[in-house]
Amino acid sequence: MPKKQKSILIMDAKTVERALIRIAHEIVEKNKGAENMAVIGIKNRGEYLAQRVARLIEKIEKVQIPVGLMDITLYRDDVQTKLEQPLVQKTEILFDVVDKVIILVDDVLFTGRTIRAALDQIIDFGRPKCIQLAVLVDRGHRELPIRADYVGKNIPTAKSERVKVKIKEVDGEDNVSIVKQ
Amino acid sequence: MKLRSRHLLGLEGMTREEINLILDTAESFKEILERPIRIVPTLRGVTVVNLFYEPSTRTRISFELAEKRLSAEVVSFSANTSSVRKGETLKDTVRNIEAMKIDMVVVRHQCSGVPYFLTQCLDSSIINAGDGAHEHPTQALLDLFTIRAKYKEIKGLKVVIVGDVKYSRVARSDIWGFTTMGAKVAVCGPTTLMPYEIEKMGIEVYDDVDEALEGADVVNVLRIQLERQEGGLLPSLREYTNKFGINIERLKKLNENFTIMHPGPINRGVEITPEVADGPYSVILNQVTNGVAIRMAVLYLLSGGEAKVE
Repeated sequence: MPKKQKSILIMDAKTVERALIRIAHEIVEKNKGAENMAVIGIKNRGEYLAQRVARLIEKIEKVQIPVGLMDITLYRDDVQTKLEQPLVQKTEILFDVVDKVIILVDDVLFTGRTIRAALDQIIDFGRPKCIQLAVLVDRGHRELPIRADYVGKNIPTAKSERVKVKIKEVDGEDNVSIVKQ
Repeated sequence: MKLRSRHLLGLEGMTREEINLILDTAESFKEILERPIRIVPTLRGVTVVNLFYEPSTRTRISFELAEKRLSAEVVSFSANTSSVRKGETLKDTVRNIEAMKIDMVVVRHQCSGVPYFLTQCLDSSIINAGDGAHEHPTQALLDLFTIRAKYKEIKGLKVVIVGDVKYSRVARSDIWGFTTMGAKVAVCGPTTLMPYEIEKMGIEVYDDVDEALEGADVVNVLRIQLERQEGGLLPSLREYTNKFGINIERLKKLNENFTIMHPGPINRGVEITPEVADGPYSVILNQVTNGVAIRMAVLYLLSGGEAKVE
């Protein structure tokens, strides 16, 4: 018998949009502009959030922001313990990261292990001026000393709950909900 | 989706889905080779032994680079500088190497079936880098990868394999690989170098090269294995070149947008003329580049958790 699942809506499409607009403004404010900036999204949903954040910054600052996307599979710390190897997807960083302000974008910040892998990967591409982290949702339960610079919404969760982020480009709609098992 | 076996012994019996998984994974690895730092930490702590009982340049360097670019630890072994010369048996050699704690073995041997034999006496994952006249799966995978990159779809292409089919492990792996992926495969060569009942692999057999090349998209030119030609199977190399050598004249039979492949090493002027080997339709060097990505993909996919079943 399938377990009964209860889903609670936390952010709707409008809230997601407002959060991204605020994040874009915060990024510009903190960096006093968008000079020498590039945005990198982590596969899968981070990729589209990154594109949206970049477009918003471009609108505010009237500059071009290069966008990259990244698959962190090869930098995972559990490659040799998993029973099945996760599918490796493309990483596309077509600009030079050296001396850039890199805004790393992901949908959910949880244990911090994905971000650790992403940081290692970026540094293998070159030495950026700095790396800042923007996430749509911070759900807590960190296992590594990592924090986000820009957060769409802090959502306190139990470890057994699941945070489900839906993105127009992938799922056809924008929203965030918590699923209780 | 995952591979059913934790070894790669050959393409015989592999499904189209499994081959596609390897090719798709290699696609992602190809990008790594173009980065400023061409190394990822994926296989850190994994020890791979390259066990080469036969000389090899391309395959050996390609495997070594693939292993190093995945951060694996690499130990290389070649038969003529080891205790094999003192008479140690294969089984003793590999069991001693495994006693030093290793995870994967890449093996090249002059006898067919050696990789399978190793799966019976070792716990490590075994990757076949060419065994006798049996199979050379990573070569066929990189051929498939190269052709898929050019034509997008392998299905429906006509692939002609020309040369010494009998002693060629590349031919055998290519036949399995290309037929599984839906290509039409034909082989062509002197009857003395054609294995008995090869047509039972579901392919066409020709002894006239001009007939075989009619309407082909891909020609894979095999190397005439000079080291195995002492048994009098060919009257002379010159006769072979005249009857089966691929030259500019013969390319006129092919479809537009055709491709020339060769697994290397080339005997220039024997099975292929230099103009053809270095021509614009030749993908021989692309094959070599793609070889590293394919081998990285294979190493990655076979390196997963321990609980995998056979």
